[in-house]
Amino acid sequence: MSEPVTMTYRDACRLALQEALQRDERVFLMGEDVGRYGGTYAVSKGLLAEFGENRIRDTPLSELGFTGAGIGAALGGLRPIVEIMTVNFSLLALDQVVNTAALYRHMSGGQFTVPLVIRMATGAGRQLAAQHSHSLENWYAHIPGITVLAPATIEDARGMLWPALEDPDPVVIFEHALLYNQQGVLPADFAGVDIRHARIRRPGRDVTVVTYGGSLWKCLEAATALASDGIECEVLDLRVLRPLDDETLLDSVRRTHRVVIVDEGWKTGSLAAEVSARIVEQAFFDLDAPVARVCSEEVPIPYAKHLEEAALPQPARIAAAVRGLLGREGS
Amino acid sequence: MQDFKLPSLGADMDEGTLLEWKVKAGDVVKKGDVLAVVDTTKAAIDVESWVEGIVHELVAQPGETVPVGAVLARLRASGEEVAGPSAAAAGAPREGVVSPGVEGPIAGPVSGEPAPVVVPRQPPTTPPAEPSVAPVAPPAMTRRPVSPVARRRAAELGLNAEGLAGTGPQGAVTLDDVERAAAGAAATVAAPRSAPTERARLSHAAAPAGVASAAPRDRGAEMRKTIGAAMARAKREIPHYYLAEPIPLAAATAWLAGWNAQRPITERVLLAALLLKAIARAARKYPEVNGYYRDGHFEPASAVHVGVAISIRGGGLIAPAIHDCDGRPLDDLMRALADLVQRARAGSLRSSELSDATITVTNLGEQSVAEVYGVIYPPQVALVGFGRVADEVVADSGSIRVVPVIHASLSADHRVSDGHRGALFLAHVRALLQNPAELAEETT
Repeated sequence: MSEPVTMTYRDACRLALQEALQRDERVFLMGEDVGRYGGTYAVSKGLLAEFGENRIRDTPLSELGFTGAGIGAALGGLRPIVEIMTVNFSLLALDQVVNTAALYRHMSGGQFTVPLVIRMATGAGRQLAAQHSHSLENWYAHIPGITVLAPATIEDARGMLWPALEDPDPVVIFEHALLYNQQGVLPADFAGVDIRHARIRRPGRDVTVVTYGGSLWKCLEAATALASDGIECEVLDLRVLRPLDDETLLDSVRRTHRVVIVDEGWKTGSLAAEVSARIVEQAFFDLDAPVARVCSEEVPIPYAKHLEEAALPQPARIAAAVRGLLGREGS
Repeated sequence: MQDFKLPSLGADMDEGTLLEWKVKAGDVVKKGDVLAVVDTTKAAIDVESWVEGIVHELVAQPGETVPVGAVLARLRASGEEVAGPSAAAAGAPREGVVSPGVEGPIAGPVSGEPAPVVVPRQPPTTPPAEPSVAPVAPPAMTRRPVSPVARRRAAELGLNAEGLAGTGPQGAVTLDDVERAAAGAAATVAAPRSAPTERARLSHAAAPAGVASAAPRDRGAEMRKTIGAAMARAKREIPHYYLAEPIPLAAATAWLAGWNAQRPITERVLLAALLLKAIARAARKYPEVNGYYRDGHFEPASAVHVGVAISIRGGGLIAPAIHDCDGRPLDDLMRALADLVQRARAGSLRSSELSDATITVTNLGEQSVAEVYGVIYPPQVALVGFGRVADEVVADSGSIRVVPVIHASLSADHRVSDGHRGALFLAHVRALLQNPAELAEETT
């Protein structure tokens, strides 16, 4: 690539699929409406025409069934990409993911691995109501044996799929539904990304704001607003939800001494809770304030627009949490 | 019920670290009994009780660093009703040891600042004296919120984080607050009269043992800091004036030689004891040099407790007192002096010895200097210095004689006395040393 390209997150996801399908003939995509319809979020639009029915496969409405088929294909030597429409629906496939995909290496004493990639949409903000809007990334991040990714940027959407396919074990990729229309620039020198490390998206000295996925942009918006008051946030994008990159996280915390964790999941039992615990376990004596969390209200995500907005982490709430840690609630 | 508080063991002490309890709940204590060993920046000190009673509960734990005035333990009078569950559990006196004639609560002379905030700073390094004692319910504390990193940084800087104003969430003391306080510490030193909280900022907290990165405690450096703080305060606040007088010692040295010739080596008396006696007698006669200047006025002392400046091996200085110097026979004074020097260097001084000197004497004769003009140890008002004893040519009744002479000096507080009275004091010291036999026996 020689020129920086402006594209949407959706375009980046599609380019990643296209590249994978072109580079490795073992790669194929399957899921509900990925073929003729072009994907519920139009990510796979045009791929059926380019790669044909064998490699772009529409499936019945049976997450358990086609996820299991993906596992079988992976065991058989292919490199399947299974798309699940939303994380809510993926619960139907949890048995295959948790009891099969994540365990085969262990149960077979290393004789079998499952090089399966599962993509799914997650998150709220598009008035799709409770059954299509939840953030359950932490359910997957709880499971040993799988890698869990949350691309939040154009680069990660474009770059994470290929190393995920190269991973000999299952990888789950969460694409936040609110990001598909987001535009960004893929730099001219883009050379891929890793799927091991967190990244600092904005450096700052006062507070580390830890987040991932769709919340990244809200955090960056809050950081911009706070900067005008002289508060410099360091925004850390976890990117990899399992295994968590403690080193990058703790390094930042040890510099800023304050942490706000922003997680669209519910607070109870959340990834935010896990991140908080790791910080307290490993960097307690570096903290200058209690760890703060901004999470979704503990309700089913509402359909009504104003209620949905109120239920989710928003820049204003994030900024208020940051000010609170600095003893500047009133400012 | 009365509180056993950490006394101030000198103007340069803001806090101490409890090293060891010498008593446990239920013990009967008399006035003067050693209850605890407390580490100041200078030495480990045996802290005595000012009152009698029964140990009700031990509030501070070994290893804790607490400010002067903090409650270390609570004592109750015998027969006093024991109220509350913790008292019932821990305070039951041992059978048969309740002394019947004990008076009710006696007001302790130590009126420290009301700072009962006791915060554990490090895990106990010494186990409680009697682990089998029924556990004492922890006293209700309002713990000052201090962020973990602020606490660690404060320990590194030798600051007392609890004494700082907090600007963090819930009023917590933050890293910035500590750094600001450290930056402002120099300015605070220069303030003419520092408030208790300000002084607390300057205190030198022991580094928590559990924090690996905390700087190890450097007693030499800390002692230098505390001496510096006290001496800076003296030079800042006390308008010193200085007088000097050569004192012929022909009579004194001859008399001492005769005295010592009749005694075994262990009972021999040094010139230093005779000098102490002379100072004490003269201070009795001229009370302007004996006492404290506090809160804008002079408080003459009723007794003469002479502080003796003793250099500590490995550096530093401590000036514990010999009590009632003026009334002691010379041999008794000598024993007290030898004992004091030995215990000072061994680090087993008692709290009363450190807190109540009314005048200080420094003797640098051993170092062969001719004269010393000392700095007064606040809140005292005078310091007497002695140089070496050396033969000097003296004009005496129209002829020339060679006699042993010592140069005495007086540093005194001009707020309390003038040079005229100071001169009379020094002249009296000289006169007393010309009649050593009389001086040695004088006891009233």
